[in-house]
Amino acid sequence: MTDKRKEVTKREAQSSMETERTRNRKVFVPKVDIIETDSAIELVADMPGVNEKNIDIDLEKGILTIKGVIEPEHYKDHRLVYAEYEIGDYQRSFSISDTIDQDKIEASARDGVLRLMLPKVEPAKARKITVNAA
Amino acid sequence: MIMVNNINIISILTEKTNKWKGDRNMWLSDLRRSESFFDTWREMDYLQREMNRLFSGEHLPFGEGYPAINVWADENEAIVTSELPGVDPKDTEISVEGEMLLVKGTRSLDALKEGERYHRQERDHGNFGRRVRLPFRVDTKSIEARYERGVLSIKLHRLEADKPKKIEIKTE
Repeated sequence: MTDKRKEVTKREAQSSMETERTRNRKVFVPKVDIIETDSAIELVADMPGVNEKNIDIDLEKGILTIKGVIEPEHYKDHRLVYAEYEIGDYQRSFSISDTIDQDKIEASARDGVLRLMLPKVEPAKARKITVNAA
Repeated sequence: MIMVNNINIISILTEKTNKWKGDRNMWLSDLRRSESFFDTWREMDYLQREMNRLFSGEHLPFGEGYPAINVWADENEAIVTSELPGVDPKDTEISVEGEMLLVKGTRSLDALKEGERYHRQERDHGNFGRRVRLPFRVDTKSIEARYERGVLSIKLHRLEADKPKKIEIKTE
């Protein structure tokens, strides 16, 4: 546990100039933990309110993008009388420097937490080249 | 539309907190513009939290007010929601004392195994606790709590004795 005060409010994603979302809903940056081992990179992201089916993971040209679309819970007969947090989708991108074995990426989600396992491509075995004397 | 309005009110409150000392009278008068029963309650709750913050002197591991909460209500019930992804419901305790709802628990991270190292560690962890003033007194026997997709929602029913009584006017 840390004594340091953490930012508790959700951080809103910066909208990019090139692309605009069709859905007019706020987008937040999910908080993540990224853990590296010798063989893989593990990413854990908090996406409360997102159904597993609505998570989109994309790895292209070294950019990993995670997206989560929420199904907002609206209590039709109730009024929101007090609010400390806003509800919205999640999106975040990372550049991954290691070569990832795309076919072996594993993803699971539970209780609003996405876990991604990105195995690194095994490095090519060093090949000894002998120079033949002429 | 209603939702947007309320969020605006909260952001006004937050803004005012920062200016607490100088503009105390000003924000009080701002709040007086609000009209409904819930606004009065919200004002009370806000003042109470402000007092807690000023006098507790505690250093909360999560910073103030973790987890963030939203309250939905109608005349007869209140629904308190909170985003608590990856929390084991067994490690979460919910209790009601009078008009106060208490939510506390622990959020733990997986310990790093040998050979693992963090690139980033942003997710909150540790003990958390919130005390929330409810808009009315509730029936402690009929509290329903659900935990779905990392969102905790607690449904509380208004105590029968607390409901407003309609008084018929007799005419001769």
